Amino acid sequence: MTATAPSTTSRPASARPGPWGVGVTALALILALPLLVVLGFLLVPAGEVWGHLADTVLRDYVTNSLWLMLGVTIGTLIGGVGTAWLTSMCRFPGRGLFEWALLLPMAMPAYIIAYTYTGLLDFAGPVQTLLRAGFGWGYGDYWFPEIRSREGAALMLSLVLYPYVYLLARAAFLSQSLCVLDVSRTLGNGPWRTFFTVALPLARPAIVAGLSLALMETLADYGTVQYFGVATFTTGIFRTWYGLNNTVAAAQLSALLLGFVFLLVALERLSRRGARYHQTSQRHQAIRRYPLRGGRALAAIAFCLLPVACGFLIPAGLLTTWAWRVADTRIDAAFLGLMGHSLGLAATAALLALVLALILGYGRRLHPTRGVTAAVRIAGMGYAVPGTVIAVGVIIPFAWLDNSLDAWMRATFGLSTGLLLSGTLAALLFAYLVRFLAVALQTVESGLGKIRPAMDESARSLGLRPGGVLRRVHLPMLRGSLLTALLLVFVDVLKELPATLILRPFNFNTLAVRVYELAADERLADAAPAALAIVLTGLLPVILLSRSITQSRHAQTT
Amino acid sequence: MPKQLEIKGVSVAYGNTTIVQGVDLHLEGGDIGCLLGPSGCGKTTLLRAVAGFEPVATGEIWLQGRLVARPGFGLPPEERRAGMVFQDFALFPHLSVARNIAFGLRRQGGRERQARVAELLDLIGLPGSGEKYPHQLSGGQQQRVALARAMAPRPDILLLDEPFSSMDVALREQLAREVRELLKRDGVTAILVTHDQFEAFAMADQIAVLFGGRLHQVATGFELYHEPANRFVANFIGQGVMLPGRVRDGRQVETELGLLAGGRPHGLAVGAEAEVLLRPDDILHDDDSPLRAEVVNRAFRGAEYLYTLRLASGQDLLCLVQSHHNHAIGEHIGIRVAVDHLVAFAKGRESARWIGAGV
Repeated sequence: MTATAPSTTSRPASARPGPWGVGVTALALILALPLLVVLGFLLVPAGEVWGHLADTVLRDYVTNSLWLMLGVTIGTLIGGVGTAWLTSMCRFPGRGLFEWALLLPMAMPAYIIAYTYTGLLDFAGPVQTLLRAGFGWGYGDYWFPEIRSREGAALMLSLVLYPYVYLLARAAFLSQSLCVLDVSRTLGNGPWRTFFTVALPLARPAIVAGLSLALMETLADYGTVQYFGVATFTTGIFRTWYGLNNTVAAAQLSALLLGFVFLLVALERLSRRGARYHQTSQRHQAIRRYPLRGGRALAAIAFCLLPVACGFLIPAGLLTTWAWRVADTRIDAAFLGLMGHSLGLAATAALLALVLALILGYGRRLHPTRGVTAAVRIAGMGYAVPGTVIAVGVIIPFAWLDNSLDAWMRATFGLSTGLLLSGTLAALLFAYLVRFLAVALQTVESGLGKIRPAMDESARSLGLRPGGVLRRVHLPMLRGSLLTALLLVFVDVLKELPATLILRPFNFNTLAVRVYELAADERLADAAPAALAIVLTGLLPVILLSRSITQSRHAQTT
Repeated sequence: MPKQLEIKGVSVAYGNTTIVQGVDLHLEGGDIGCLLGPSGCGKTTLLRAVAGFEPVATGEIWLQGRLVARPGFGLPPEERRAGMVFQDFALFPHLSVARNIAFGLRRQGGRERQARVAELLDLIGLPGSGEKYPHQLSGGQQQRVALARAMAPRPDILLLDEPFSSMDVALREQLAREVRELLKRDGVTAILVTHDQFEAFAMADQIAVLFGGRLHQVATGFELYHEPANRFVANFIGQGVMLPGRVRDGRQVETELGLLAGGRPHGLAVGAEAEVLLRPDDILHDDDSPLRAEVVNRAFRGAEYLYTLRLASGQDLLCLVQSHHNHAIGEHIGIRVAVDHLVAFAKGRESARWIGAGV
């Protein structure tokens, strides 16, 4: 496995931790620090504030979070599984287009779609205004669904999160051997029955994995629920932190939220393991898609068009109109400054994440001991943890470190250092790394996984030294993965809201924060240029994904 | 003149597990050798030790008069001049076919390098495919590119690790013959590792049978089949049954099929209990023969039937018969024995002696 010394090739790695083991473990521990801090607060005796929270709002947080999760489960399952089945198993006009267009809503952060629909559907918005003008109604004459509600939030989240389910369900349907479906047909089951009795159960692990990802995002959401006034854990942590100024209670709420998250992580892990055993056959025939005609084809088109239109086309169109309208006044030096902040921050975080991911990935490849593997796993846990929780977990130890350092310096040298780390970009970047390192790590590791040991050995037996193997084989083969990792982290950081809100230096604004502030002031149109910039950047990874989908389609036809 | 490859008393171990134990083997320039054995016998480990990917625990490996490995010392793989073809080919997916082949040719000048690449592309029958990428080639073509890549720097020895195992079974023998021709044309010394005896027969000049980390016999395919050195080799190569008997004298064994004799002394004690190896082609179908046996099973092989026959004593025999002799199960047919190479083992002992006809 190793490119460093021939004597250690494919030997079982020694149990003794080498420099790699120590380094990787230390790195993992640092990255796990926010989580450990938050969980550590479970041991601190609960204060009065906690009792107050438990008596009053805690039940709301739990109920609302559960309702949201239920709503998102229903929404993403219907949208994600239905569209995945139609595009992978049926033939109808526009199928190839929908195959990738269904991913578009991924570019839309939930809080932005929430702002957009509020602008569209609230009392002063164009839809209700049109209704009033058309029917001559006045205020209170008619009933209109309130978008700023728990149900509205579930709908918004479903619209942007169903692609997780769609992607994984689609891959599962495509990897199912056609034979098992054919067997079901020959045993007398119609296409519908076959879907429910064979295809769906076989794809279930993949669907559950996609769903748990969507639910993790639901729990992590702050912007949507805050704007819609739905009290959940994330808004509760904010309120307790800023409103009640109570660190312990905020951290304990975070720990409670982590409990929910860990359940989802366990669910995801379990179902991914199950997915491996649900491969029924190694040989796959090219898929014969079931042709749909007439009314059925129309229904299929409508079913696929609905999520694409509501999740991307309508809000993106609206944002564009608004942005166009305010372009003269809003796209100014301040806006460019925001862009600079956002891009700089995202690029720095992406580069740092890439370097760390390479260190961790290579550490595991060169020394696949149990310790190193566990450390890498821990370092990658952040993807499941809500930004709010990470922010709390970062701010507490950093403040403690600053205070201790300050006290020590004052005691020893008689000068005050003040706050060195808290409220700096360093704290913010650290939080980004904790949250998004997993994205880079996964990409880098899958890239490294494609470089089989035989590649290294081939290069060695053709006369290359270990350094040459790295330069001439590994780097060129990894280039694609490295770029992808950079891009994914970059976009995720750009969209991130809650951690940025809490940890940003005083008066330091990013695109996401500015959108949030303007929306909070009900200046939705003014927020449009910044929101549109985020959405357009978010399109980059979607394009990447859809390209890999098109490629896999070519691979199937040959 | 030093041997191209010399393996002297080599053992290879992982921790406390010894994988290869005290193997002696050598190969002359231009010869193709084969390490043949069931999976887990240590053949790939031995090959990797020659390539420089595994250290040796005992013994020495010499390549063209250079000591390349002994305990505590191993020349790194890039300095051994040993080309290797891997089971999964390990072509570099980011490089074109031509650049894959040229990968090991860094010391040559541009023109020389191009000429060598063109020459090899011709040799493997893929001229004009230099600009393609590995994924655009079929499995067989990828395999030939991997071969050309390993041959390009003119290594002192070429190591092939189960190179046909990912191929269609029907194609393996043909590919093995093609590769043999290629190597012979270029005068390459090579070692093939395989578990498939037909591949070994089709490709190798000398076959070394490995089992449990030990070398059991080094011989040609013909010798392995007709003169196996012990029971393991007899079982592993080809088919056959063991017929009990008693040693009559230095060349003959008395069995229920009569007195069987070979051309060479078998070395077993007179009067000892022995077992004689009977191959399916040692039993001939003959309607006139008084010796009868009952057909208990048969397998159609196209040109032949492989009959399982049962003697009155209950002893089973295998018999290969041209397929126009179509006999039903339950029928009694006449047979006679035609043993050219009498292989007799002392009953219950591992040692082996053979009575060869023409050796």
